[in-house]
Amino acid sequence: MKHIALGMFGAAALGLMASAASAGTLDTVKQKGFIQCGVSTGLAGFSAPDDKGDWKGIDADFCRAVAAAVFGDGSKVKFTPLSAKERFTALQSGEIDILSRNTTWTSNRDSALGLDFVGVTYYDGQGFMINAKKLPGVNSALQLSGAAVCVQSGTTTELNLADYFKKNKMEYNPVVFEKLEEVNAAYDSGRCDAYTTDQSGLYGIRLTLSSPADHVVLPEIISKEPLGPAVRQGDDQWAHIARWTYFALLNAEEAGITQANVDEMKTSTDPNIQRLLGTEPDGKYGADLGLSNDWVVNIIKAVGNYGEMFERNVGAGSPLKIARGINALWTKGGLQYGPPVR
Amino acid sequence: MQEHDMSWVRTEMTLAQPAPPGERGAYAWVRKNLVASVGDTILTILGIAIVAWILPQVINWAFINAQWTGPDRTVCATVSQGGIQPDGWTGACWAFVNAKFGQFMFGTYHIEERWRPILVAVLFVVLLVPMLIPRVPRKGLNAILLFLVLPVVAHFLLVGGVFGLPHVETSRWGGLLVTLSLSFVGMAVSLPLGIALALGRRSQMPIVKWLCVVFIETVRGIPLITVLFFASVMLPLFLPEGVTFDKYLRALIGVSLFAAAYMAEVVRGGLQAIPKGQYEGADSLGLGYWQKMGLIVLPQALKLVIPGIVNTFIGMFKDTSLVLIISMFDLLGVVKQNFSDPNWATPQTPKSGLIFAAFVFWLFCFGMSRYSMYTERRLDTGYKR
Repeated sequence: MKHIALGMFGAAALGLMASAASAGTLDTVKQKGFIQCGVSTGLAGFSAPDDKGDWKGIDADFCRAVAAAVFGDGSKVKFTPLSAKERFTALQSGEIDILSRNTTWTSNRDSALGLDFVGVTYYDGQGFMINAKKLPGVNSALQLSGAAVCVQSGTTTELNLADYFKKNKMEYNPVVFEKLEEVNAAYDSGRCDAYTTDQSGLYGIRLTLSSPADHVVLPEIISKEPLGPAVRQGDDQWAHIARWTYFALLNAEEAGITQANVDEMKTSTDPNIQRLLGTEPDGKYGADLGLSNDWVVNIIKAVGNYGEMFERNVGAGSPLKIARGINALWTKGGLQYGPPVR
Repeated sequence: MQEHDMSWVRTEMTLAQPAPPGERGAYAWVRKNLVASVGDTILTILGIAIVAWILPQVINWAFINAQWTGPDRTVCATVSQGGIQPDGWTGACWAFVNAKFGQFMFGTYHIEERWRPILVAVLFVVLLVPMLIPRVPRKGLNAILLFLVLPVVAHFLLVGGVFGLPHVETSRWGGLLVTLSLSFVGMAVSLPLGIALALGRRSQMPIVKWLCVVFIETVRGIPLITVLFFASVMLPLFLPEGVTFDKYLRALIGVSLFAAAYMAEVVRGGLQAIPKGQYEGADSLGLGYWQKMGLIVLPQALKLVIPGIVNTFIGMFKDTSLVLIISMFDLLGVVKQNFSDPNWATPQTPKSGLIFAAFVFWLFCFGMSRYSMYTERRLDTGYKR
């Protein structure tokens, strides 16, 4: 998501060496008895350590879901915190089995870096936050002409900002800092009218402001940041497992299967639910993936469905309180759509 | 012969008198040090004003308004921030440090296994303290235990995997455990290696000399960050897939070699300060090279460069924070990492966490610096001015 320019440096080298990826991640993972999961070095709601040092967040939970699908036990996962620069190398070199680290899916990464993106576990995009008390009446980013905008330097965020204002023929005054803490402090002290970064990040930052209630996140999204997990290219079986774990999370939400009712649901006569939970008499959808037939039951028991994962980590059940928005299921006007298990 | 009238000449010495009242006591001290001139007076008033302005705020923030315990961010956030404190409240969030203390000390080391690093720390202190106190006998045995036996014991205790101890990967190590273990190993390796390199650089043997020169100049010419970055991003690509080279080990080797190169130059400075006569004196006594160096030159040279050695140690202690580059979390890294926990995200959290980290770093650095001053005074046998 960030530091694309720096990432480019390694891109060519990585692409050349990416061919080393071998088949059989599932076998190696089963042999060692756990999944090595690459996460961020700390991003609220996605992967951050709690008081006990356990990793919490959507990204961390996705790895638990894959572990539950493979082993029937969501705790068989080990986390490797990775910086933005290290993340692709770690996946390439086999240090980690799955990269679940708020990584934007782009064509370059999907093709040249030898990665295989699994899906979009969170549709993010760059947004703006303003102090509604200071700027009453502003409810669109298009009204920000002439504003001083706080932004972190050296990120794509800065470029997107320039593009957006240029495209809309607006003036702005960038207030640039290198460290996130400095940007936060500058914005909180009122040096800028607006703060721009990924929308999910804005909600996290809002918690650290001295009067969060005064600040609103504007509706405009000026860039597409589809965040999702990635696996090594060239291992189709492993990619399928990761991809269908994600789809299973979505399908479970759509079918109303939750962590609490998954055992009751096993007796359901709805063929869709039967296929999903592996209770259909001669269904072998799990076995086709190289998993057990009750793989979805294990996933849901470990982390709940996608909606539960979302609400617990970034939504209403968390301090971040991010609305589902475009991350709602397709049936509720969002973009999350799980192809059927059948 | 001329007669002198001695009656007005004192025959005994006068007793020493106390200084006049204006020149002693608190009054004189204040007059001399605080209000000696108009300029001084202005500066004094300014200084007092600044202290009087800042100190109450600091005390208020750090102690009176501070929150010491609590389950989550609500105790450190005001009502409008979604917490329980009245609006306008500011105070240190020590509750955050309290809740995360285990992580700050040990990283994500398994909670039920944390007795192992604690045991290592106790052993370390038990062996280090008598080593530092000159009066305690049996320094040789002590040194062997501290520098040879302890690292082996600590390795098995911390890593585990033997004697029924569960294995703990170094990726779970963090916090003060990483800071201290990296710096201790770095110090223990860099001093002897640095001395060897310094002697090598001044050696008459061309190959040894050039090897040492090349090593020192190369290592000193590259930033530590570059080496760590290279080791973590590029190195894995050259290794066969699945072969991973422990990150902690990479950091350990990097930090030790770096410190050794700097140490070599510090020691070389000391060697150069020893007059040529000392070398020649040793030679004329028929001492061999190692006897000359070990008995005559090095004891004097090292004594001279104690401040430089400690400087390098302190610098290295603080440089361990750079392992953040390879996603290892030393004390500072763990503290910063925990800012991202949404359960503790408040305006006070980063300040409190950073002040805690700064305090711990200061404690260790100040301790090292005081001990070095004590050692200097104790060894200050010659060159006294």
